[in-house]
Amino acid sequence: MFITRILQNDRGGQIMLAVLALVLVLVPVLNLLVPEGSFLHMPTYLVTLLGKYLTYALLAVAVDLVWGYLGILSLGHGAFFALGGYAMGMYLMRQIGDRGVYGNANLPDFMVFLNWKELPWFWQGFDMFWFAMLMVLLVPGLLAFVFGWLAFRSRVTGVYLSIITQALTYALLLAFFRNEMGFGGNNGLTDFKDILGFSLQADGTRVTLFALSGLALAGGYLLCRYIINSKLGRIVVAIRDAESRTRFVGYRVEHYKVWVFTVSAMLAGIAGALYVPQVGIINPGEFSPLNSIEIVIWVAIGGRATLYGAVLGAILVNYAKTVFTGLMPESWIFMLGALFVLVTLYLPQGLAGLVQQFQAKGWLQRRAAA
Amino acid sequence: MSEGAHLRQPETGQPDASHKAILYLEGLNVSFDGFKAINDLTLYIDSGELRCIIGPNGAGKTTMMDIITGKTRPNSGQAWFGQTVDLLKLSEPEIANAGIGRKFQKPTVFESHSVAENLELAMHGNKSVWYSLRARLSGEQQALIDETLQTIGLTENYHQQAGALSHGQKQWLEIGMLLVQKPHLLLVDEPVAGMTHQEMERTAELLTSLAGKHSVVVVEHDMDFVRSIANKVTVLHQGSVLAEGTMDEVQNDQRVIEVYLGE
Ligand SMILES: Nc1ncnc2c1ncn2[C@@H]1O[C@H](COP(=O)(O)OP(=O)(O)OP(=O)(O)O)[C@@H](O)[C@H]1O
Ligand SMILES: [Mg+2]
Repeated sequence: MFITRILQNDRGGQIMLAVLALVLVLVPVLNLLVPEGSFLHMPTYLVTLLGKYLTYALLAVAVDLVWGYLGILSLGHGAFFALGGYAMGMYLMRQIGDRGVYGNANLPDFMVFLNWKELPWFWQGFDMFWFAMLMVLLVPGLLAFVFGWLAFRSRVTGVYLSIITQALTYALLLAFFRNEMGFGGNNGLTDFKDILGFSLQADGTRVTLFALSGLALAGGYLLCRYIINSKLGRIVVAIRDAESRTRFVGYRVEHYKVWVFTVSAMLAGIAGALYVPQVGIINPGEFSPLNSIEIVIWVAIGGRATLYGAVLGAILVNYAKTVFTGLMPESWIFMLGALFVLVTLYLPQGLAGLVQQFQAKGWLQRRAAA
Repeated sequence: MSEGAHLRQPETGQPDASHKAILYLEGLNVSFDGFKAINDLTLYIDSGELRCIIGPNGAGKTTMMDIITGKTRPNSGQAWFGQTVDLLKLSEPEIANAGIGRKFQKPTVFESHSVAENLELAMHGNKSVWYSLRARLSGEQQALIDETLQTIGLTENYHQQAGALSHGQKQWLEIGMLLVQKPHLLLVDEPVAGMTHQEMERTAELLTSLAGKHSVVVVEHDMDFVRSIANKVTVLHQGSVLAEGTMDEVQNDQRVIEVYLGE
């Protein structure tokens, strides 16, 4: 079958997707079918927490595609995630209708508060789900395309490129903070009620969003793996390892970079769109440069250029974050920094590299025993 | 030498060499921070010719190849491929696709790819993004890879990571990459560095077999090697042509002797 062919030489991916499939079946059962009193029952907040991790994992896969394989250290992928999130948030705002505090059917509360009389042009169409979903892909994709085209054509690489991706997300942070931008300013978009008519508070909706996040992760993973396995993937790695040599055999390196960067940004946008209805809010904080750096740390800890390492890293680090911000909220950022330094020093291949090492060792021992 | 036979028919449209020459370099100047690496260089390569270029270290041989392949832009001068292709207006991939292939002085292969994948990547053909997403090796391409691996003696190393090859093997692999690219003009920078005597002979054989249908420019320090392949030799010194002629003429040229024996 198509999927087995894609995963042929990807042991880590096979295991990761098998576990994911299991979780996707178990969690809905434990939440919806096991009665609430039972100790096996999974509370809905946990389902949503897991769903959030899955969207982070998809985001990490997107970053691994550009960083691990193409060699572009993007410190701005949080921006694409946030833009996807805002596109979804705008749809959810329009779904509120006249149930807002001001009861205005045409305008979200914050616009009424700003004394705006009508919906700005860029909010048009977001009452339609299909249109909003299109924007989830198009807005991050288009930004990545234009940004990438300008940067890669001028052959900006390395640290300079990383810095301008940080600048990009920072500029968006400042812009979205402004009330006049029309995205709810500081508070962002929140108080969502329902999606496609289903209440966001309902267990069924929560479980569905969780399941969709899992499916999106699986789909995104397979897409990236398909790209990596193709000749395009080999060209991308060639660009990472010897960019100018790749030009001399006739590849237009800029085109490849823009293409991969855009695909990656769209995946990040999808992740953001699934994240927002689960956490119930999107605000400019998501554009924070620190967020983008965190994503890179997940990937580094999980292991670059493996894809499944990115999934592992995103989920483990965020689980740790949930635990430790509960215990010692102030210390998390230092712990993350320390973790990053330790991994860079002692585990340059990340957790995935560690697993591979053990595998290789086990194999050797078995050979020696035979 | 029959192994080079698959190269006899270059794939892409022939450059317009109707005026005999395939490469025109006229009045080229390049300076790096005020240092003139190429100084009013004028040089013509005929279609089908095998030309050797020699000259002391720092003479500007590699820099000349950098100009031809679009890596370095000259401060002034002209560089034409045939009658119609202005090399100074094209990017590196455009020049490569127009039919100029290059082997680098320091062998550069794609280290994390296998030997066969290196050839696959270098192979002539559609190089667009969407095409390569769906591209599969055709039987013909597979045959070309196998044939080329035989020519360069790396059949055994088909699946080996290129980064793990020895220096000499990397040289061969890069020559193979040049072959599958099917260029009209081959620029070969120091091909035999790190090769055994036997390997050198095979390289000489291969390069001479390519001449005729292809134009080949070889930069080399090894004089025995140059003597074994060259009809015509150009001596570069301080960024311009010092002498040109047969190996014997050049070796007996007083100015060349001075340059090589030290000022
Ligand atoms: N990018 C650069 N920046 C500054 N100087 C350079 C650059 N490239 C080449 N040069 C200088 O230009 C001169 C010509 O260099 P080039 O590499 O063309 O010599 P060459 O004839 O190939 O020598 P060799 O036989 O040692 O390979 C040298 O003095 C070199 O130091
Ligand atoms: Mg040189």
